[in-house]
Order: sequence, then C-alpha cells, then structure tokens
Amino acid sequence: MGLFSKKNMEALNTPLLKENPVTVQVLGICSALAVTSKLAPAIVMGLSVTIIVAMANVIISLIRNTIPSRIRIIIQLVVVAALVTLVSEVLKAFAYDVSVQLSVYVGLIITNCILMGRLEAFAMQNKPWPSFLDGIGNGLGYAMILVIVAIVREIFGSGTLLDFPVIPQCVYDAGYINNGLMLMAPMAFFLIAIVIWVQRAKDKSLQE
Amino acid sequence: MEHFISLIVRSIFVDNMVFAFFLGMCSYLAVSKSVKTAIGLGIAVVFVEVITLPVNYLLQTAVLANGALVEGVDLTFLAFILFIAVIAGIVQLVEMIVERFAPALYSQLGIFLPLIAVNCAIMGGSLFMQQRIGMEANNPQAILNFWDSVAYALGSGIGWMVAIVLFAAVREKMEYCNIPKPLRGLGIAFITVGLMAMAFMCFSGIKM
Repeated sequence: MGLFSKKNMEALNTPLLKENPVTVQVLGICSALAVTSKLAPAIVMGLSVTIIVAMANVIISLIRNTIPSRIRIIIQLVVVAALVTLVSEVLKAFAYDVSVQLSVYVGLIITNCILMGRLEAFAMQNKPWPSFLDGIGNGLGYAMILVIVAIVREIFGSGTLLDFPVIPQCVYDAGYINNGLMLMAPMAFFLIAIVIWVQRAKDKSLQE
Repeated sequence: MEHFISLIVRSIFVDNMVFAFFLGMCSYLAVSKSVKTAIGLGIAVVFVEVITLPVNYLLQTAVLANGALVEGVDLTFLAFILFIAVIAGIVQLVEMIVERFAPALYSQLGIFLPLIAVNCAIMGGSLFMQQRIGMEANNPQAILNFWDSVAYALGSGIGWMVAIVLFAAVREKMEYCNIPKPLRGLGIAFITVGLMAMAFMCFSGIKM
C-alpha cells in the first residue's frame, strides 16, 4: 500500500470539510470559541492542536495492541497530557505573549474532545501512518474554523488583523466605530452558528 | 465568610463556566435534549467538581508550588498530568461508590459519570484555581485558602448546572418551532447559547 494511497488521502481530506471536527462532529468547541477574539492566538492554538493530535494518534497507534482495553482512557489521557505539557513549555519559552493570552486553554487541550474522539475512533484501530494523516486532517479542520471565526472577530471587533490596522483611519473619521460585542463571548457562538448554517445550506446531507 | 459567599455567587453568575469561558461545551450540547438528563449530568458535575478541585488545590499548594516540596524546586510543569490523573482517578472512585451505595442514581447518570473525566469544565476549574492562587487578597476572584477552593468548586459546578438545565428547558420548547432546515439542531443551539450568554452578561456588573 502506497504512502499516499487513496484511502490514506481520505483520512486526511474528509475531516477538512465533510467530517469537520467542529461543525459536524461537534468536538472541541470550548477552545474554538474562547481563543478566537484575535487571529494570532487562534493560529497558535490551531497549530498546537494539530501537532498534538497527530503525535498522540501516532503514539497510541504504535502501542494500540499492548493497551488493555479496560484502562485505555487513562493511558490515552497520560499520553495526551505529556504532549500538552511539552507544547505548553515550548510556547512559554518561545512565544510568551501568546501563551499568556491563551492562558488555561493550552492546558485544556488535554480535555479537548477532538483528542479523545480521534484516539478512540481512529488510532485504536489503524496503523501509525494513516493515524498521523487523520490527526493532521482533523487538526487542520479545527484550525480552519478557528481562523475563519478569528478573522471576522478581529476585523470587526478591533479593526486589526494580526495587530496590523486594516480599517483605514478615514472610515473612523466618518463615524465608524469598532463593534465591541464582537470581542465578547456571545458573538463567538453566533459566528460558529453562521459557519454551520452556511456549510449545511451547501451540503444538504448534513442537515438534521 | 463574606469572601466565601462572594466567590460562590460570582462563579455562578459572573464567571459562569459555560457563558463566560465556554467550558464543558461538548457534553453541554450533547446532553441537553431533555431537562431530566440535564439535571442528572449537572448534579454529577457539581459532585465531581467539589471533590476534585479541593484535592487539586492541596496538591498544588503542598507539592507543585515553587519550593513547596524541596526548597528551590518548581514542579508546576507537572500540573497538567497530575490534575488529569487526579480527576480520572476520582471519577473512577466516585463511579464505584455511587454504583455500590446509590444504584438508582447510578443507573440515572449512566454513561455521563465516566464522561465527566474529559469534561473541560472540571479540568478548567482546576486550572483557573491554579491561576487564582497567586492573586492579591483584595481581588474578589482570589483563592486564598482551602475553603475558598471549596467555594469556587461549588459555585462553578452549580453555575454549569444552572446553564445546562436552563438550556435544556429552552431546547425542549424549541422542538416544536419551525426553524430553517440548515439551522436545525446544532446551528440554532449555538444561537440560543449565544443569546443566553448575552443575558448572563448583565450579571457582570454585580459588585460584592
């Protein structure tokens, strides 16, 4: 079986849209809402989750035949917690500002349902390489939603993108003001709802 | 005593786990289809939160904090692994005790009890507690001693329960509404939570 056979590419592609972890599988919502008031933390969070899901998938898939099924949840949690600790220490060392902005949400990657969901549903039954691709696909699908929501919230909420002003001063002079509600919790819910709405209007098979 | 009550009230209404910090969203969306199961899960969350958070508080202050165990040794980087191990262990214990002594409650809670181990509201509670220990004494959010951690656990657990029960009640009524097809299910659920979060924002002016 080739490394990039059709089946493997499916593991990578389907989580991006058709099986998107946030909007279709309803996993990992907590952090998707909390870190999206600015674009930079959203990108960092998306990348961290992608790396952690891929690594955890590979590790669990490598030892899947030796794990007794009764205690598998605890083993999965320990593997994930160790990886999250690593990522959190790296963030503290190289991107301190972002790690302060993300605050507890880095630690909460441990209880992010995407992790447990993918480990249980995919890595426990599949070989390391497809598991790796599945992890990357799900991580990117998650990051994509984060980035979409964060772009909208940052542009309309604070008029910047990655902290560069994008709304010209003349617009402000004409009486435009930033929408403070965009930065608050409720708007994150509404924006995800809109993303889901658009996706389901396009793909009728997802409707309930 | 004043601080004790203020912590409880603040963490129920102002720092609500769901509406202010988006924690525990996965089970919040999945298990809120009927009020009865919502109450069951809510009680289980309060229960587990009140037990795990003070235990993690003791762990944090007596073992992990800088210089607590051996002078000059800072073990806080181990917090993620230890907290999640404590939570998973205690959930397992609680499950066995409830099964033995309250079989009626056990069958009512069903699979929710083990799922609580990966509920981010529980892990989030512990991580916020870790942040709040270092705060100054006059800060209304500060956790200064063991009893404060109990108060915070009680408040955030009840806050989560209030949120899920209210949401389940709204959702039961919504069954009979004529909602646009792509919004049915998940989409409208997010919009409802967003509106409820807006309502809860009114509490943020409370000064105690």
